[in-house]
Amino acid sequence: MTTAGPPTLALEMRGITKRYPGVVANDGIDLDLRRGEIHALLGENGAGKTTLMNVLYGLATPDAGEILINGEAVRIAGPSDAIARGICMVHQHFMLVPVLSVTENIVLGAETMANPIFLDRREAERRIVALAERFGFQIDPDAKVGTLSVGQQQRVEILKALYRETRILVLDEPTAVLTPQETEEIFALLRRLASGGQSIIFISHKLYEVLEIADRITVIRRGRVVGTRLPSETTEDDLAELMVGREVQLTVDRGDSHPAGPTLVVSGLQARDDRGHETVKGVDLEVRAGEIVGIAGVAGNGQDELVEAIIGLRTPTKGTVRLGDRDVTGWSPRRLNESGVGYVPADRHRFGLILSFPLYDNLVLTSYYRPPFAKGFLRQDDAIVTAAEASIEKYDIRTPSASVTVGTLSGGNQQKVVVAREFDRDLRLLILDQPTRGLDVGSIEFIHRRIIAQRDAGAAVLLVSAELDEVLEMSDRIGVMFGGRIVALRDGRTADKNEIGLLMATGGRTSTGGSAVPA
Amino acid sequence: MSDGGATVPNRRGRSMRRIGRHAWDVLAVPVVSIILALLVGAVVILATSILVPGTKLDATLLGLPLRAYGALFCGSAGSPLPSFHLLIVTGPLVGCSGGSWDGFIETFVQATPLILAGLGVGLGFKAGLFNIGAQGQFLLGALGAVWIGSSLGTGPVIVAIVLALIAGALVGAFWAGIAGFLKATSGAHEVVTTIMLNYVALAMLSWLASGPLHQPGSPQPVTTDVGDAALPILFGPDGHVGIFIALVAVPIVWFFLFRTTKGFEIRAVGANPEASRYAGIRPKVLTVLTMAIAGGLAGLAGAVNLLGISHQMPASFSTTVGFDAITVALLGRSNPWGILPAALLLGAMRAGAALMQIQAGVPAELVDVVQAIILLFLVANSLLRKLPGLRGARSGLGTTDTMTGSYGSETA
Repeated sequence: MTTAGPPTLALEMRGITKRYPGVVANDGIDLDLRRGEIHALLGENGAGKTTLMNVLYGLATPDAGEILINGEAVRIAGPSDAIARGICMVHQHFMLVPVLSVTENIVLGAETMANPIFLDRREAERRIVALAERFGFQIDPDAKVGTLSVGQQQRVEILKALYRETRILVLDEPTAVLTPQETEEIFALLRRLASGGQSIIFISHKLYEVLEIADRITVIRRGRVVGTRLPSETTEDDLAELMVGREVQLTVDRGDSHPAGPTLVVSGLQARDDRGHETVKGVDLEVRAGEIVGIAGVAGNGQDELVEAIIGLRTPTKGTVRLGDRDVTGWSPRRLNESGVGYVPADRHRFGLILSFPLYDNLVLTSYYRPPFAKGFLRQDDAIVTAAEASIEKYDIRTPSASVTVGTLSGGNQQKVVVAREFDRDLRLLILDQPTRGLDVGSIEFIHRRIIAQRDAGAAVLLVSAELDEVLEMSDRIGVMFGGRIVALRDGRTADKNEIGLLMATGGRTSTGGSAVPA
Repeated sequence: MSDGGATVPNRRGRSMRRIGRHAWDVLAVPVVSIILALLVGAVVILATSILVPGTKLDATLLGLPLRAYGALFCGSAGSPLPSFHLLIVTGPLVGCSGGSWDGFIETFVQATPLILAGLGVGLGFKAGLFNIGAQGQFLLGALGAVWIGSSLGTGPVIVAIVLALIAGALVGAFWAGIAGFLKATSGAHEVVTTIMLNYVALAMLSWLASGPLHQPGSPQPVTTDVGDAALPILFGPDGHVGIFIALVAVPIVWFFLFRTTKGFEIRAVGANPEASRYAGIRPKVLTVLTMAIAGGLAGLAGAVNLLGISHQMPASFSTTVGFDAITVALLGRSNPWGILPAALLLGAMRAGAALMQIQAGVPAELVDVVQAIILLFLVANSLLRKLPGLRGARSGLGTTDTMTGSYGSETA
């Protein structure tokens, strides 16, 4: 109606303020999105990116500010209202039904009806294939989504948005689960979408990606916009400093390792996943004292089961695990813990923390039964709280007190609680499964430094990560896990990113075929 | 701005407000559930009265719910203190008369088994176990007390009482332990096994009351009398010493849960079984242990009730204590200090029901209706929490959310 904004702006958010009890999540945020633009939204966890997108998607009502779509002020009442106005969100965790076909997933909620009762499946399929072709990729509309690779599933998510004739596409950390090759493919797709007039908000905390894909970059810190940059005029270091508010060392100098004798020796290890499928198919691995061995691999190639079998959470079906000169196969987690093994689980909400418990109880989760935290069967609350306060100080856990429920802390601080518990003693072996997943650069830097300090103190470190960059940056030696096996071992100083990425995707076989992606 | 003198009381005011806010978040769901249940109960009273032929819809009828609840209160509180009259607006309407402590004591007598069995069910909830079998554990605990109490010869009374109580607790512990063992070894869900064991317990009662434990010479199927093991009556007609056993059990169970390492393990397994497994807690062992303690408490409830009140058990013995204990545990958020007032509330309703029937003519069963509606509001608390002022409120169920909650509660 009004001509408040120039017509080239697909979206304008002005002075968005959203308060939650005790925090101002968004404090007068301005954000505009041009037509055909890829606009990256960068910020640490808890900076307010999610709140801002929730406001845009109608999941949160702003306390102040206005939203203009194509220059027209709108009130977005909820997700369905947002979708009707051409806003679509692709979440980090896909919202797909695995047992339904691609077509069924895409039309779900926006069904094209042949008549009041039946779906016009043929028409839907035709539109989907046409859409995919227009943007230069192929997809089998009849394939069950559960059988597709993660990268293909993401394309289904994007097709879902395109099918709804979205004009503003919001992607929340779209590359978190992709291999480097898949990331390149999705970037190519996004560029084609943008040149076709689609406006894209790209949320990420990976700086180099943002520099590569975005037309403009807006950085948010503590609920405020602290800067908008053009990729050509900025650097990773500049962006990181904006994000964190201080100078950040993006790549930790890990120095030289001085490995001694083998601490962890895994031979011929086999294990099954929860569904009984053999996902670890004979792994041989050696980690020496004073070195970091990184395991790269696309999620779901048996890394989690391997780690769980080593740490005693999963019984190996075959093979042995040795710690120094002792056979520790099948030892309980507690016995390994008492033998100097530390473990940071991939899913801190599942194995790492009890979210409804106070911080101090989580810090003694593996030691609550021994002195000084217990005398006989009695808990020593004073000792537990005192130790917790020391850990909070030492590991820079940002919390109002030691007694707050851990679930109320940010992801980075939750992970610091796990790290404080597992690192703060003499360790022989440290096993890290995705230790920085979902964390912001400040927390990642902190945790990486701690890992290197443990290595330099003589611990053997096994680092599993789906973030190839993390593995490359941290590891003295790199193993690539594919299909339940370690398919290659490389020296950390000379490893080539593209080669490792290819090994992650194909397992090193020349003919990729359909087996490139694990089921 | 930075003047210290001005900001300190301010800050204290804020922190007091925060404590008040926290207390409200914790109490809101139980308190609102009780109030709404009483309101629905009032509607039920009116609706059922109107259905009686010849009833006129007039002011007297509209005052009926107030008279009924007034009588319920008088019956449960008695009127030992004049100030109690001041507390109830309806006093003049019903005329809380008397001056005896009987109703007050009866409230505690009724609450005693609810406290003990409620502690047991609440302990299970803390460990993530839904023990529906307090009923069977209660019955068998009572039978255990009868068995030991009646088979002891002459001896010191105190020995007989202690042995009978221990027997009740052990039998209850064994009975619930079966469900725990089945869960630990085969994964059989405790909801199913404990319900089934309730029926077995009932069958054992009728067999024992007419067979091995039958009172010689009695034409009825009834068990022998506990004789010396009967609990001494301290006040009123049946204010037995078991009241104190229940009251002492509250801090003991609280201490166990929150101050011992085993209690920590129980709470940890209930809150996150997988993290507990990594922490070196063996969930299977703990499942059996927790069920046994929970059953022990329910068995003790049965023993105390029997030794304190009826002293022998007819085959037709009927009670709802085991199921009421679930309401008590939910109302008390599985916390011992919440279970105590919850059990007293339900005990008071049981104690006052008779007077309500006599004075207001409202059937005593209304108490069951109100209690059932409290339970409905508690379990459907995600609806309550949509009310203004209750948005920050915690679910009334504590750690049991995972079992009784569904996707509906996620949307809050």
